[in-house]
Amino acid sequence: MQRIIKNNQVIDETWHLLDKDATLDGLSNCDDLIVPLQLWRDHGHALKARDGGLGVWLDADEQVEEIADDLAHFQVIALNFPNFADGRHFSSARLLRERYGYKGEVRAIGDVLRDQLFFMQRCGFDAYAIRPDRDPYEALESLNDFDEVYQAAADQPQPLFRRRQS
Amino acid sequence: MYVYDQYDQHIIESRVKQFRDQTRRYLAGELSGEEFRPLRLQNGLYIQRYAPMLRIAVPYGLLSSTQVRKLAQIARDYDKGYAHISTRQNVQFNWPELEAIPDILGELATVQMHAIQTSGNCIRNTTTDQFAGVAADELIDPRPWCEIIRQWSTFHPEFAYLPRKFKIAVNGAVSDRAAIEVHDVGLEAVRNDAGELGFRVSVGGGLGRTPIVGSFINEFLPWQHLLSYLDAILRVYNRYGRRDNKFKARIKILVKALTPEVFAEKVAAEWAHLQDGPTTLTDAEVQRVSQFFVDPSYKALEDQSAVLAALDAEHPGFARWRARNTVAHKKPGYVAVTLSLKPTGVAPGDVTDKQLDAIADLADRYCFGEVRNSHEQNIIFADVEQSQLFQLWGELRDNGFATPNIGLLTDIICCPGGDFCSLANAKSIPIAEAIQRRFDDLDYLFDIGEVDLNISGCMNACGHHHVGHIGILGVDKKGEEFYQVSLGGSASRDASLGKILGPSFAQDDMADVIEKVIKVYVEQRTEDERFIDTYRRIGIDPFKERVYAANH
Repeated sequence: MQRIIKNNQVIDETWHLLDKDATLDGLSNCDDLIVPLQLWRDHGHALKARDGGLGVWLDADEQVEEIADDLAHFQVIALNFPNFADGRHFSSARLLRERYGYKGEVRAIGDVLRDQLFFMQRCGFDAYAIRPDRDPYEALESLNDFDEVYQAAADQPQPLFRRRQS
Repeated sequence: MYVYDQYDQHIIESRVKQFRDQTRRYLAGELSGEEFRPLRLQNGLYIQRYAPMLRIAVPYGLLSSTQVRKLAQIARDYDKGYAHISTRQNVQFNWPELEAIPDILGELATVQMHAIQTSGNCIRNTTTDQFAGVAADELIDPRPWCEIIRQWSTFHPEFAYLPRKFKIAVNGAVSDRAAIEVHDVGLEAVRNDAGELGFRVSVGGGLGRTPIVGSFINEFLPWQHLLSYLDAILRVYNRYGRRDNKFKARIKILVKALTPEVFAEKVAAEWAHLQDGPTTLTDAEVQRVSQFFVDPSYKALEDQSAVLAALDAEHPGFARWRARNTVAHKKPGYVAVTLSLKPTGVAPGDVTDKQLDAIADLADRYCFGEVRNSHEQNIIFADVEQSQLFQLWGELRDNGFATPNIGLLTDIICCPGGDFCSLANAKSIPIAEAIQRRFDDLDYLFDIGEVDLNISGCMNACGHHHVGHIGILGVDKKGEEFYQVSLGGSASRDASLGKILGPSFAQDDMADVIEKVIKVYVEQRTEDERFIDTYRRIGIDPFKERVYAANH
């Protein structure tokens, strides 16, 4: 079973991440599922009627605007990094938190490296599926790479210039 | 200049610790080369042809003498005794050991320096006018705004993995010495009819493979909104910039594809959400930062025109140097001096540890302990008393800084090229040297007058060849190094991109080619006409005819 980092702890993963080309065929009614955006587009009603938990995942070229009106249906929104250097979802996470007020889990999936965790956390991620070949306990340390920051972001509503004390 | 408080200091010390651990993990095999790459790049560390190259940030080119001494010590202890001033006003070391980089960063942190975001696909060092704060034609001092942008961009969590690098320049003067229109974002200070300060915002300028002059998308952005507007620009770019082809990933390609008008609309739509949020700048913050850039304790002096004119008459060498290497100062009795790092036979922008120590000592004695790097790869003493100018000239000559060639043909902007850089197609330093040797006669050099000659060893254009009046680009032709010449570029307010003269030339022919180009100019110019003006008047054909006439 894969372990993920959530709320600064390593926990066992209980959600099932469905492939991008997943269909409704044979979907469990009770499992907690993170479905690809296309499945949500095509079968939103059916997915909402299930008993299990529901999440959605967006690939790097998919826009959060598309699910902005549906956020209440998702306990998890996972944002995929096909390559760690593709930074589009840093913006997506901030939009989910700061513009759309999403309060559920925002999870980084895909090619997620520990040295990105600090910035991800600042952008509003609170869960990270670290690559399975890496130690998630070591990765936890990177969440504390810095303890002071200049900018306002999802984790800190005030920029340093509004907080500085001389 | 800006002095760190406990917050700034704490942030760079955390960075040293973070990078020390990243380097350790890389050396231990826990991080692959591919994973370490963006991490080291965002700390200015390239793996070069012979050794790593470390690029150290010099925010908007400003250095204290203490910092210069530290650079001298690093050059001595960790490098082969020299450093290189880059075309982004930064400092580069070409020979450090990878294992030693964390220690070097630790040393730098003791003098409030770092290598943060000096490379990689992130927001780079913000640059400005090397005469900021002393220029007579200044509307506002751009340096506080550069520092505000520096802090906003440092470890910006959203923009550390952009499609490509991102460069911002700020101009506060009538003349644009910061080349803002060839930056990803160029900011020009302006006042509206009510006298309020704002910025004119250009986006999508840049050099590299696809040189483009930027488009102004906002004619007046009130200063309070500077950072939130930059956030909006960067967010649009981060989300919609191309990532499928690194040669099409700069913001200029996005701006061009969308058209500047549509890009501006997208930015405005994004900014509508961010406007008046917590990132809106406050008077208190602008004042806090500005207090670090107030005038030094100038004396009440008179201009020394008569005295200097008498010295000119007596010492033609001094007259020549003063004509080229000094610039008028806003305060009577003061003058700004450029130390030339372009003597013949030295790679443009290179400076030894001993010279760095000498610069620090001279800065303490003549210039309030401060120096600036220019993007032309020279060093500036911005606040020299005119009455000390003659004495300073003597000391600069002793140290090899008094070549009277600022703005002239031999004041060449030049990237490190194939001698050092693994990206280069061709060497650039030997070309610079061959041209400097050909134009070694000072009388002739002065007669030719102002010419910007810029050399890049490859299309990445670190030597800014597109905006040289004469540009030289190293190209690979079936495994051999050739050079393409372009004419008519300019990085000034009337920014323009050079036009390619024709087929490329072998290395050995380059000095001849440039000589022919210059001869056409000398024959065709009217009185007091600069090279660029003659070129603009007569066009490229006369140059083409002369240069290729002999190549049957």
